[in-house]
Amino acid sequence: MSVLQGRVHRYGDNVNTDVIIPARYLTSSEVDVLAAHCMEDLDPEFVGRVQAGDIVVGGENFGCGSSREHAPLAIKGAGVSCVIAASFARIFFRNAINVGLPVLVCPAAAAEARGGDELRVDLARGRIENLTRGSEHQAEPFPEFLREIIAAGGLIPYTRKRLSAG
Amino acid sequence: MAMTITEKILAAHAGRPEARPGQFLMARVDLMLGNDVTAPIAIEQFRRIGAAELADAGRLALVCDHATPNKDLEAAEQCRLMREFAREHGVERFYEGGRAGIEHALLPEEGMVAPGECIIGADSHTCTYGALGAFATGVGSTDLAAAMATGECWLRVPESVKVVYRGERRPWVGGKDLILYTIGRIGVSGALYQALEFCGEAVEALPMADRFTMCNMAIEAGAKNGIINPDEVTAGYVASVTGRRYEAQRSDPGAEYARTIEVDCSQIELQVATPHLPENARPVREVAGVRIDQVVIGSCTNGRIEDLRVAAEILRGRRVDPRVRALVIPATPRVQRQAIEEGLASVFLEAGAVLTMPTCGPCLGMHVGVLARGERAVATTNRNFVGRMGHPESEVYLAGPAVAAASAVLGRIGGPEELP
Repeated sequence: MSVLQGRVHRYGDNVNTDVIIPARYLTSSEVDVLAAHCMEDLDPEFVGRVQAGDIVVGGENFGCGSSREHAPLAIKGAGVSCVIAASFARIFFRNAINVGLPVLVCPAAAAEARGGDELRVDLARGRIENLTRGSEHQAEPFPEFLREIIAAGGLIPYTRKRLSAG
Repeated sequence: MAMTITEKILAAHAGRPEARPGQFLMARVDLMLGNDVTAPIAIEQFRRIGAAELADAGRLALVCDHATPNKDLEAAEQCRLMREFAREHGVERFYEGGRAGIEHALLPEEGMVAPGECIIGADSHTCTYGALGAFATGVGSTDLAAAMATGECWLRVPESVKVVYRGERRPWVGGKDLILYTIGRIGVSGALYQALEFCGEAVEALPMADRFTMCNMAIEAGAKNGIINPDEVTAGYVASVTGRRYEAQRSDPGAEYARTIEVDCSQIELQVATPHLPENARPVREVAGVRIDQVVIGSCTNGRIEDLRVAAEILRGRRVDPRVRALVIPATPRVQRQAIEEGLASVFLEAGAVLTMPTCGPCLGMHVGVLARGERAVATTNRNFVGRMGHPESEVYLAGPAVAAASAVLGRIGGPEELP
């Protein structure tokens, strides 16, 4: 599914992984448990409001702080189809690519989007349409190296392929 | 061509003559690390890869330090998973119980880190080891799983930012104040995806403990790694913990930097970072008087023996304010034993502080010293995000051990010079 469509949940700069999934839930690695507490310390109503396919939009440095992979797993588990931000913290960005949560860097789309806007995202082309505002934006393209990991379906299948190629 | 220390280490580990910012490469990893929060997912992902064996069991360290000693049934199960995996795959560097300490204090102490090495850890504060002139960076659990299977990790070569520290430090000012000040200047995304290379005469004058503290918090400016060119202080430390050979690297004269930041240490006062970002650093006098409920002295940032000595110097012969709970947390069993042998433990107990076992617990609000709604703490830890130490309406003020200990006595935020 390379074209996504969903409603925006808009957050500001420096959304950290402690608020995406607080440490008190980190004794579990179960996606359903993590998803049930996603964004709890930032937006306690998020879990009740989010619908499958929705899109999280953040400002600068989205996902900063702890390396917990539970953060992208919680967001993905909550039904979010992709995250768009002006910039990502590097460990969160790696983790998202590795676990198959689509992430797009697009300062213009991030700055314009408001909570509740309807977005259509063509992942393969990096095109972001804001249907509510009638605008279109181009996300930063992924480097060739990362495209290989994404094309393989994440780091696990990519690594499996590398190992079997010897 | 001239390269930075970060570029040289990455080139050497990718088997290339040189490495340039922006390049992607597969780097051979000398040491990889997981803890009781991140390793369980890594183990699950490792099994999904389907590799029969670890690429090298000797290069994997598994440390139970976050929710330990096991705080509840779920935490106990996470550690059981790690223990069974370690036995099954012959991982000798599995640490729990009385062998375990906070990973980023423990691994250097155990001689597992040397200059010029390439280290990844499924923990964001893995960047701590840059203090020994190693390239060290935090990754996620799936990255760790892939490295467990292949011995390698994909990395994008970062641009380097040079931070030059000059001048003499003021009394009580340590590595924590220098790094809080620096993050305050450049912001929590000020070095996003970049290497922070700390240098200058004031860094060369710093003991290892303060260097660990500075590199530990490079991540709080968004950096990929923090790093200090190895010198006699580094060599002395490494020789005291391991006899192993290593190949140290240093930045070449003429290496290129994205930018250079100059810091005059003589102007830096004792720092406090107010809620809810580490970049909210300011001189302690600007927030002196703020009432507090808890003080935490410990963590991978400031739980070393040198930090405890500073705290003990201030607490000796004084009492913790009755409205404050003061927790002192030695980072490793060795630090704890030293604290007892040097008489520091008695100082803490006589002052009315709680001396706990080594654990990451309170730093991330996991267990031990969790804050209630509306409570406020001064902590020598590394993050003061919303809810970091407990309730989302609690607050954390970050500081070094001198300010934390003084605040415990004062019952409010303040520096040691305010003490009678």
